[in-house]
Amino acid sequence: METLSHLAHGFSVAFTPVNLMWCLLGTTLGTAIGVLPGLGPALTIALLLPITYQVAPEASFILFAGIYYGAMYGGSTTSILLNTPGESATIVTALEGNRMARSGRGGAALATSAIGSFVAGTLGTLGVAFLAPVVVKFALSFGPAEYFSLMVLAFITVSAVLGSSSVRGLTSLFVGFVIGMIGVDLQTGQPRFTFGMSQLLDGVDVIVVAVGLFAVGETFYMASRRYAGKDEIVPLRGSLYMTAAEWARSWKAWLRGALLGFPIGALPAGGAEIPTFLSYAIEKKLSKHKEEFGTVGAIEGVAGPEAANNASAAGVLVPMLTLGLPTSATAAIMLSAFQSYGINPGPMLFMTQANLVWGLIASLFIANVILVILNLPLIGLWVRLLKIPAPQLYAGILVFATVGTYGISQSPTDLVILYLLGCAGFLMRRFDFPTAPVIIGMILWPLAETQFRRAMTISNGDWSVFYKHPLSLTLLTLAFIGLIGPQIYAYIERRRMRGPEHVPGDA
Amino acid sequence: MLNRRRFLMSTAAGAAGFAALHLSPAFAQDAPQIQIFVPAAPGGGWDQTARTMDQVLRSEKLISGSQITNVGGAGGTVGLPQFISQWNGKGNSLMVAGMVMVGAIIANKSANNLTEVTPIARLTGEFEALVVPAASPFKTAADFVAALKADPTKVPVAGGSAGGSDHILFGLIAKTAGVPAANLSYVPFAGGGEALSALLGNQVAAGISGYGEFSEQVKAGALRLLAISADKRQEGIDAPTLRESGIDVELFNWRGVFAPPGVSDADKAAMTTLIETMAKSDAWATECKNRNWTQILLTGDDYAKFLAEDTARIAAILKDLGLA
Repeated sequence: METLSHLAHGFSVAFTPVNLMWCLLGTTLGTAIGVLPGLGPALTIALLLPITYQVAPEASFILFAGIYYGAMYGGSTTSILLNTPGESATIVTALEGNRMARSGRGGAALATSAIGSFVAGTLGTLGVAFLAPVVVKFALSFGPAEYFSLMVLAFITVSAVLGSSSVRGLTSLFVGFVIGMIGVDLQTGQPRFTFGMSQLLDGVDVIVVAVGLFAVGETFYMASRRYAGKDEIVPLRGSLYMTAAEWARSWKAWLRGALLGFPIGALPAGGAEIPTFLSYAIEKKLSKHKEEFGTVGAIEGVAGPEAANNASAAGVLVPMLTLGLPTSATAAIMLSAFQSYGINPGPMLFMTQANLVWGLIASLFIANVILVILNLPLIGLWVRLLKIPAPQLYAGILVFATVGTYGISQSPTDLVILYLLGCAGFLMRRFDFPTAPVIIGMILWPLAETQFRRAMTISNGDWSVFYKHPLSLTLLTLAFIGLIGPQIYAYIERRRMRGPEHVPGDA
Repeated sequence: MLNRRRFLMSTAAGAAGFAALHLSPAFAQDAPQIQIFVPAAPGGGWDQTARTMDQVLRSEKLISGSQITNVGGAGGTVGLPQFISQWNGKGNSLMVAGMVMVGAIIANKSANNLTEVTPIARLTGEFEALVVPAASPFKTAADFVAALKADPTKVPVAGGSAGGSDHILFGLIAKTAGVPAANLSYVPFAGGGEALSALLGNQVAAGISGYGEFSEQVKAGALRLLAISADKRQEGIDAPTLRESGIDVELFNWRGVFAPPGVSDADKAAMTTLIETMAKSDAWATECKNRNWTQILLTGDDYAKFLAEDTARIAAILKDLGLA
């Protein structure tokens, strides 16, 4: 009950016309920067930090939170329509979303991601308001051993994107491992795979790799096929938004995605990418339309990961507000904004800055509503993008990808890497190697490696930490079931199908 | 795209027809424009230093405006060569850098170093804190050192990235205690936040990071502050310095400003005066207080001498830690 009265008070702060205006401004700006690859919420908020010298703390945090949520919405638009992920958390969305767009269901993909984001964002924000103290206790029980086991579980998801040939899929995965290892090793401070180039010391940004492999590679491939076949413009099939069947397939995926995203987002080293991988794998396992995955595009594969990334965006706020722990780049920059007001974020924040915290939470609810209102009508406009003739469309994508990549670090080196990866993406496409495992490999491997080595340093080389910690053991068991379960299930199914009446010689 | 502020400002300046990039007495209020080069991405400590300087310099009417350029990467060693080659001789320019860059230059075996630029002033520093979880058996820094002497592998310590200021301080503490640096069990985390969660979750025995990272948890009683690395006791902080605890180590994660190579003596003197005036203003003092920055102003030859000494000390400890 106390929470409700706090929340009501929060709404009274957020509903002032000035704060509503900041919220609208933030969500609009956030959507725009989410659409651009490279310009992420962290960079945008960092550039807007000087605003904290001019306006009240409530106003600037409402603005920042709007940008943060807005970017999560906007990132999916380009993933779906142009196969150019604007944010690392929306890379998985591109897998099925872009297939859907190419088979004429772009509107439905955009709608399920917008509505799923709304549902999951609202659930996540409810979680922040009501569950923060519980969730944070759970999150702190995660040590390096538990994180490593979580990564092992996440590796299971790779099987969902391997494609038809495991050898090709695993090859892609290992390429991803190598790209992920480029840069200074956090544990020892030694550079790896940098070839003496200082520009590579910080590693390669995952967005550069995703845009290079997906968008640039795709563009080269299309260019090489230009005169091979006839040029067709994909007609819009069915309803612009979602059909009843698509609603029925989406809502469970939204809920599952939100349930995965929120707690993992709240983990200090969880992040937004891992829940999207896990959600995608689960939706593919559970779907009754497995044949649509990787072909015409399955709506569950968009709905689940999109919900997961928005719920995780809310989850990130839990340790930030309750403990002052920044668990993402964006949260870290928001914390430095707290400091320019002389507010020290920490365990006392909910008490000492009730106005600010509850005003912020209330404005997150409002931001979610604004975002869905802002995004749904735009869908009609967005899908028209696909009616642009291929040469112009792909030229546009190339410009967009190049400008966006330059925006990440203003480094010409990144552009060279982008086009090298574009060529690699073209060759992979030409010889039928899946590109998604590269991305998953480069995100998961460094995390898994770092956490493994940390766990080993702390335990002084004792392997038993992985199975003596109950949480870690549970996660490893889940991973084992995920790996072995389907085989056993398929085996039993085969036995049952044959049935007892099937006696040799009977037929 | 490079920087919203820079873009807007250059457009505005261009439209007004000013040659805005040079010290120009014809400019509004006779205050110069300056350019600040930040060899890090927006949002970090150096960037905040630059943006706070810009804010204070303008509010004190010492400059009419500034442009901030960010070239991030590898502890500043990506930006430094650019500042040396492309900003050579620009008398109205400054680069923000600090102890982290000294360490990164050594660890990354960078071709350029800070002797090639012109030291103007050391501005601020953040002292480090040695903390343990509330449930820890260590009550004092001496307890911690005793455990370290007994078996360093049993005392995992969390902190920032390998070779950073936290790791360096851990190495220095061990060295004074006579514990070989190679035996230390240091668990590096990408940021203070992650290290903090490892401490709160009792995953490690102790933590070392900037005091600001831990201050709120110490106040809330979730962490116990054993000692700070400042030169003297600090107002409002109930903990001894390392030196008072019998560990002869003092360390500030300092930040300062540098002019490019090849600037004239007149420009150097003018810039030093500008920064000194800023550092002595009330507005700067307030900003520093809000951000837990300790003012440790040092200019001219004293700064150059300090830089040489600190570089030698860091090089030695990084070598012991196996990073250089």
